[in-house]
Amino acid sequence: MQFSIYRYQPQTDAEPFMQTFELDEAQVTDDMMLLGALELLREQDPTLTFRSSCKEGVCGSDGMNVNGQNVLSCITRVRTLKAPVVIRPMPGLPVIRDLVIDMDLFYQQYEAVDPYLQPTQPNQTIDLDHELLQSPEERERLDGSYECILCGCCATSCPSFWWNPDQFHGPAALLAARRFVVDSRDITTRDRLEKLDDVYKTFRCRNIQNCTASCPKGLNPSQAINELKSLMLKKQVD
Amino acid sequence: MTTQTDNESSRLSDPGQWDLYHFDAVIVGAGGAGLRSALQLAQSEQKVAVVSKVFPTRSHTVAAQGGINAALGNVSDDNWHWHMYDTVKGSDYLGDQDAIEFMCREATEIVRELEHFGVPFSRTDAGKIYQRPFGGQSQDFGASQATRTCAAADRTGHAILHTLYQQNLRAGTTFFNEAFAIDLVKDTTGQIAGLVILDIASGETRLLRARSVVLATGGACQLFETNTNAKINTGDGLSMVLRAGLPLQDMEFWQFHPTGVAGKGMLLSEAARGEGGLLRNGDGKAFMVDYAPNVKDLASRDVVARAIAVEVKEGRGCGLKKDHVLLDLTHLDEEVIKKRLPGIRDIALTFLGLDMCDSPIPVYPTAHYMMGGIPTNFHGQVLTQTAAGEPTPVDGLYAIGECACVSVHGANRLGGNSLLDIVVFGRAAARHLQATLAEHKASDFFDPELELTPVVQRLAHWTQAVQAEKPDANEPSDDDSIAAIRRDLQAVMQRDCGVFRTEQTLSELCDTLNNLQQRLHRVTLQDAGLAFNLERLEAMELENLMTLAFATAHSARARTESRGAHSRMDYPERNDQAWLKHSLYFRQDHALTYKPVNLTPLTVDGFEPKARVY
Ligand SMILES: Cc1cc2nc3c(=O)[nH]c(=O)nc-3n(C[C@H](O)[C@H](O)[C@H](O)COP(=O)(O)OP(=O)(O)OC[C@H]3O[C@@H](n4cnc5c(N)ncnc54)[C@H](O)[C@@H]3O)c2cc1C
Ligand code: SF4
Ligand code: SF4
Ligand code: FES
Repeated sequence: MQFSIYRYQPQTDAEPFMQTFELDEAQVTDDMMLLGALELLREQDPTLTFRSSCKEGVCGSDGMNVNGQNVLSCITRVRTLKAPVVIRPMPGLPVIRDLVIDMDLFYQQYEAVDPYLQPTQPNQTIDLDHELLQSPEERERLDGSYECILCGCCATSCPSFWWNPDQFHGPAALLAARRFVVDSRDITTRDRLEKLDDVYKTFRCRNIQNCTASCPKGLNPSQAINELKSLMLKKQVD
Repeated sequence: MTTQTDNESSRLSDPGQWDLYHFDAVIVGAGGAGLRSALQLAQSEQKVAVVSKVFPTRSHTVAAQGGINAALGNVSDDNWHWHMYDTVKGSDYLGDQDAIEFMCREATEIVRELEHFGVPFSRTDAGKIYQRPFGGQSQDFGASQATRTCAAADRTGHAILHTLYQQNLRAGTTFFNEAFAIDLVKDTTGQIAGLVILDIASGETRLLRARSVVLATGGACQLFETNTNAKINTGDGLSMVLRAGLPLQDMEFWQFHPTGVAGKGMLLSEAARGEGGLLRNGDGKAFMVDYAPNVKDLASRDVVARAIAVEVKEGRGCGLKKDHVLLDLTHLDEEVIKKRLPGIRDIALTFLGLDMCDSPIPVYPTAHYMMGGIPTNFHGQVLTQTAAGEPTPVDGLYAIGECACVSVHGANRLGGNSLLDIVVFGRAAARHLQATLAEHKASDFFDPELELTPVVQRLAHWTQAVQAEKPDANEPSDDDSIAAIRRDLQAVMQRDCGVFRTEQTLSELCDTLNNLQQRLHRVTLQDAGLAFNLERLEAMELENLMTLAFATAHSARARTESRGAHSRMDYPERNDQAWLKHSLYFRQDHALTYKPVNLTPLTVDGFEPKARVY
């Protein structure tokens, strides 16, 4: 089975290039994940560089662009891929080496939405004898957004994010924003919506839905963004 | 290789070219333990940094599924004293009862605190934190099953890790992400004085001088072939401690989780059995009744793991090779599975193509957790021994989380107690550190000269080990590699030091390890680059694993009894007379010493060792 992989070592390569690798058909078992295949290729060439850690789709390290689609290699079966498998770094962010991209801008957008619960006024002490009550229905509203693993598959498939990664929050950050806006325990909902109500930060989203199509966790950032937009409208009417 | 690269690589091991930073405290590790600690310290005036070899939310705490124990009593009656009893019994009486009391008492408050931080716990109808039953939990000192594990579906670790990271963002914590800690540094007086790190993206070496270092580097189950751990769980902090001449405690105790996906290792949480799942053998029989007649599938992990291994060994396994058993949830309500266990249902779907709603899942014990580690007291201070054998704290060094051995888990950890351990002792260490730092002036610390020779030598070795050119066609080609040595190490550890051990397997293991160590000395690398040089990192990680393999083999060989997760076929009984004590392993000459178990809790009566029946 053939793999065509993007290579770039800034120290020694003037230009990135595509390199062909090969695995024996016998080595590619039915249940093999792409990460397993890449590990075998690293045994052929230990300089082949990509991030990985958990091997089970929960840490978000190994997002990469495979046959044009952003995926996590550890939960993508090799046998479902058309050969030669073309593997590139996820698009839109600078490449550090081979498949490893610099995700700083992505993280900065996440930080910019204040992604933390604010259940009390800043100098109010918290009552550690009781939990904050939340009904199962209120809790259910967090499903579909708290599970995000910050892999970046969505943002790096979003054209609006490619063009304005420094100004548009992008799908993952907005999904996180939604998670705190709808959390019944948070008391800063209004402030949050006001801060998000901005032509760039939120409204650069053109509803193209690439994000939702590429989320390996089956989350729906695009729907979350629409929900935020309509909450903003509602807030203006209130 | 170009000369330019030569020069650049040699910068790695030239301290004159390292960037220098000063901190009051540096925390190594951004898992649950490191982040809880950092959050506490962020509220002080101290200058603190967190170093992590991966972006914080990629730490392996993210993978924890089932939940965190606290006697909240939201679902059924509970109290911390019962939790304490269960933990002591679960530990096979090797846990230190002062630390266990401390942890179980703090549990309820610290879990509520997590909830206030934002953890999206599942909820009961009354709006409180949802709890589920887990193995080894009881009400009223063993009388009936308790329901003590607080859960956010089956993604509790993800929920806790992301929340702690978020609160650290709020607090403005300083992070060095994708920075690999190579070694602790002492000054010429022998005082811990900081650490040397490698910035992975740039390949630059940095020196962080610090008045205190907190190790929170997590576990090391990459030592075994099938495991539930991440690639990064290579026990780096533990190995740093050994290289600093300090001991590791109870390294023979590794937990094999009963229900890893057979042949692959991914975890299917105990929550599956907590919610009603059953283990079945090749005859379709729910066999746990033969091993733990009272609590059956919810017995302690060591008991269940051994039961599965015995079923398979005696020919009652499932599948063509009869090499696994089945975890059966098909009798449960589909809604329960989808709501409470969505993450592990996903794992079975992704990796096996099986839906547990209608198909039982092949499972086999898999290396999961290390009970042993860096010895500490319950303030997180690292302990060593005086010449007279007395425990004594190491100035300026703390350890928390899975890399630490407080010891609250003794010879066997209960499910749900590690997430608790990491936040309780993460916070406790930070509080202690805050108090100590307040007493001293920074200048007392940053003046003395540093002893950098060992770390410089290590770095120089791994920069020079790069194959300069293709080997001469006439020379025998040496095609050994880091990957090959690691694979062999994992295989022998699993074979000779797995669920069952004997004198014979362990003495063979010691020989094999010597051999592997030689190969590691000789092996050459192929990657000469600076930026994101994974091969060099993996070489240093493998060096770390190798030191832990020796620690494990020697500690296990010496302990001629069976206790908790350490099952010696040649010594099947627990022997309190001889072995109710902690092992301490030193790297020098593989020396072992011992330390008594603490049987006197802080305020209540101690639990005397008894036969362990479930
Ligand atoms: C699959 C799975 C499920 C589990 N489920 C549960 C459960 O339901 N309940 C429970 O109580 N426990 C559970 N556990 C156990 C528990 O999750 C872990 O013991 C715990 O999360 C460890 O936390 P930690 O902070 O000590 O380490 P980790 O979360 O592993 O973090 C270690 C940190 O150290 C850093 N690090 C390591 N080496 C270096 C280095 N050289 N330089 C720089 N940084 C370094 C890493 O980058 C990382 O940030 C589970 C474990 C696994 C594997
Ligand atoms: S829906 Fe919005 S965020 Fe998602 S890809 Fe399209 S523009 Fe980007
Ligand atoms: S929303 Fe999905 S694709 Fe985007 S970062 Fe989160 S998990 Fe990854
Ligand atoms: S390695 Fe963690 S998500 Fe793939």
